[in-house]
Amino acid sequence: MERLMDFLSMGGYGGYIWPAYLIAAAVLIALLIASLRSVRGQEARLAALRQARMGTLEEET
Amino acid sequence: MHRFANPNRFLKLANAVLPWSAGLAVLTLGAGLYLALFSSPPDYQQGETVRIMYIHVPSAWMALFVYANIAVASAVALIWRHPLADLIGKASAPIGAGFTLICLLTGSLWGKPMWGTWWVWDARLTSVLILFFLYLGYIALVNAFDDPNRGHRAAGILALVGAVNLPVIKFSVDWWNTLHQPASVMRFDGPAIHPAMLWPLLLMAVGFTLFFVTVLILRVRGEIAAAKIRNLQLSLARG
Repeated sequence: MERLMDFLSMGGYGGYIWPAYLIAAAVLIALLIASLRSVRGQEARLAALRQARMGTLEEET
Repeated sequence: MHRFANPNRFLKLANAVLPWSAGLAVLTLGAGLYLALFSSPPDYQQGETVRIMYIHVPSAWMALFVYANIAVASAVALIWRHPLADLIGKASAPIGAGFTLICLLTGSLWGKPMWGTWWVWDARLTSVLILFFLYLGYIALVNAFDDPNRGHRAAGILALVGAVNLPVIKFSVDWWNTLHQPASVMRFDGPAIHPAMLWPLLLMAVGFTLFFVTVLILRVRGEIAAAKIRNLQLSLARG
């Protein structure tokens, strides 16, 4: 327990070091999630549009 | 040139690279974090705060590298009308802005205990802040027009003009007096840093680069899908 507290306190600088790592993780994870959501949304929309277009082409013929 | 610009060929290659870049990003970042937090020694002057370096310095490298990537993509797009280059520039910008933000915030968190201040208006810090605003300007401009081609053109010109800022950032610590320390790794006479600190630094840098490649592929895929949606809607509207 004491070793863990020692590690977390980082020689008294834990208040600067841990926020730095947390901010970096938060920014990168947010970028990853936003990108994944947007690519999934766009690719689903494209697939739906293509499906709809196939449908209208079949109706015309 | 245009043979390589085929979006379907790009998608095939990108989808083959994606699992590798994602898997290796996790591995290198995991190993880099372990070395950075557990096994690397504290600095003889800066104590434990040196651990902020393993995030701060690689994110600063990425901020410059991603901007250079956008500038090259913009030049290719403006000169050869290469549609994929436009999409790569647009997809890169938010990732570069993210790394620049990390660089600025972690720098602040390092500056407070070591310099006694969160921020100084010196050449290095100010030029990186300008880089952040260049990213934001690029993102705003590329999305500002109904016609995406006009947005890409305007933002591409901004990216090329803003590229003068890159050497200013790199050499700012040599040209002007500053609190910021000069380069320790990318020097003409080789790195002036102990291997126990160089290894986690390089692993984090490789990990960030692989993260960039992974997210870039995802974003370009989204942009290609969006472009195909636009074309389909146009052809539907024309009947």
